[in-house]
Amino acid sequence: MAAPMLRWCCPGRRFAFARVGCGSCHRRGPPTGSTSNGKRGQSTVAQQPHITAQKPRKGEREWAAVVGLEIHAQIASNSKLFSGSQVHFAAPPNSLVSFFDASLPGTLPVLNRRCVEAAVMTGLALDCHINRKSLFDRKHYFYADLPAGYQITQQRLPIAVNGSLAYSVSVGRKPSQMVTRTVRVKQIQLEQDSGKSLHDDLRSQTLIDLNRAEGQLRVDANISVHRPGEPLGVRTEVKNLNSARFLARAIDYEIQRQINELENGGEILNETRSFDYKLGCTVPMRDKEGKQDYRFMPEPNLPPLLLYDSGSLPPGADPQQVIDIDRLRERLPELPRVTRERLVRQYGMLPEHSCALLNEVGLLEFFQSVIKETRAEPKKVTSWVLNTFLGFLKQQNLAVSESPVTPSALAELLDLLDRKAISSSAAKQVFEELWRNEGKTPAQIVAEKKLELLQDLEALEQLCRSTLEAHPHVVMDLKRGNPRAINKLIGLVRKATLGRADPTAIKEVLERQLSS
Amino acid sequence: MSVQASPTLFMASASAAVAALSDVITFKRVARLGEDALRRPTGSEMWARAVHLCLRAAARGRRGFTSKADPQGSGRVTGELIQHLERLSLVDFGSQEAVARLEKAIAFADRLRAVNTDGVEPMESVLEDRCLYLRSDNVVEGNCAEELLQNSHRVVEEYFVAPPGNISWSKLDEKQPFPHH
Repeated sequence: MAAPMLRWCCPGRRFAFARVGCGSCHRRGPPTGSTSNGKRGQSTVAQQPHITAQKPRKGEREWAAVVGLEIHAQIASNSKLFSGSQVHFAAPPNSLVSFFDASLPGTLPVLNRRCVEAAVMTGLALDCHINRKSLFDRKHYFYADLPAGYQITQQRLPIAVNGSLAYSVSVGRKPSQMVTRTVRVKQIQLEQDSGKSLHDDLRSQTLIDLNRAEGQLRVDANISVHRPGEPLGVRTEVKNLNSARFLARAIDYEIQRQINELENGGEILNETRSFDYKLGCTVPMRDKEGKQDYRFMPEPNLPPLLLYDSGSLPPGADPQQVIDIDRLRERLPELPRVTRERLVRQYGMLPEHSCALLNEVGLLEFFQSVIKETRAEPKKVTSWVLNTFLGFLKQQNLAVSESPVTPSALAELLDLLDRKAISSSAAKQVFEELWRNEGKTPAQIVAEKKLELLQDLEALEQLCRSTLEAHPHVVMDLKRGNPRAINKLIGLVRKATLGRADPTAIKEVLERQLSS
Repeated sequence: MSVQASPTLFMASASAAVAALSDVITFKRVARLGEDALRRPTGSEMWARAVHLCLRAAARGRRGFTSKADPQGSGRVTGELIQHLERLSLVDFGSQEAVARLEKAIAFADRLRAVNTDGVEPMESVLEDRCLYLRSDNVVEGNCAEELLQNSHRVVEEYFVAPPGNISWSKLDEKQPFPHH
């Protein structure tokens, strides 16, 4: 069971909010107790939900919630943290298990270099202090999916500490009302994952698969409430939340539950709870028996992990056996915050747009491909990608990778629009056609459906004149000062042109003709 | 795997003793795990040595085994502590005789306090001066499910079979006949 995991604990700030209908906020929480980490490059702190705080009623004191997150992220590596068996999901049970993973006596852990690099890079990305020396420990508890009886983790001295992550959250109805918040990262540590248990209640047995590599991102939340100025309250742990949405709901529920309990004179038990998705509430977990004592001890089979930087690299050392933090820092990709700022600078887009582009997997790459291939203005591209393209994706619940429209197709369409070969409403029609994925290019669709803008100015003038003559009462209406009459006229001309004339052009011609 | 052969179990239990002494822990009586399935050899000197070292450590703080002149208490191991240790480590003390033996062993190991460790850094592990070997991220093992499953008493379709939760087989067998495969 040596699937590599990274765990990090995020304490947040405290936030005071009034009693009813309040959102939750990520606050500081003492994340002690079980650690588990998964390793994986993609780890995110959950998004802040929409906050609606009501003013406290007169005489009511405020409550403050304190929330800490334990995030288990699996590292994207080929082999496991302490053994050379494969990391792969959905493999036949126990097929990716080595003798060490099965905890056979006489086997020893051997640390995977890639996992250490991943942990360091995650620490650097989250602005942590990287500990040049970190230690491995054993955390003991008995469970069928933990054949050794202990889990190797980093409790005393983890690989990275004291980081932070800044993020944007919308605080109002309008998407432009965004604020920046910061969450503290208490520590990042490497640890083993336990196996997978399938409970068969019918036959009173549990089936154990020691492959691991399941549940690539898991979050446990530690939640407590207290009155500001008073000591922290008793915390509960809500385990195994697998999506940001459920995380938010579980935390909201638990905060409210604790407040209600305390206000009714009850007390909060230091217990572990799980979230019932269907009922939308947290329930105590049966299995836990009081406070766990994990009997931490140093892992006797692993020396301390030493990391170096370019200044401290021992001369003549085998490069395979030393890890240079500075080299890893250079290998870091552009961090999202930097990307967002760059997009705003480079393309003049609003901050909320750059956030939106980064919030959908593959959307930024799509956007950049379109930008590269089209002559249209970046603002137009942004608008089409975020409104039309993303809208269609969401409607059919598709990922960017599943889109029937390629960046080239959209780029071509935007070129046509830019050249004023088609109107924007015609462009929307073409896009719908493209979405049907019948293999036609935008140009072909335009030709087939005769969507080209009327280029012949003479013909347009003719049509306008005849429309004006055919509808004298509308003209009268307009001359009497009804501003909406012009729209009626434009509509009539458009109909006459079979939708192939640009409304602004029509308006211009009509106004010119009317004033003469 | 016998308890005597496993220093790690001793040390693990010892740190439980530390926890028990340095915090005030109130815990409920938990159903004892099935005795037949889990009976182990009773307390040994190695066990006691480790427990004692940690008991001393408890007086100073949780970590390390350096000595400070902190007089230990009476050296009596309370019934509550025994229960706690048994539950955590699955070591069965069985009899009062075993507990007495444990206390004697603690007293014997107490003589380590005679060593002056002022200004000496606690050792983290016997390997602390060694290099930690870093393995390349290649797949070199696994794929031996059949072999591994042979070790298991019960198997269902390539899964190891365990009793539900932390209840031993013997306790379950008492309740209902288990379908044998």
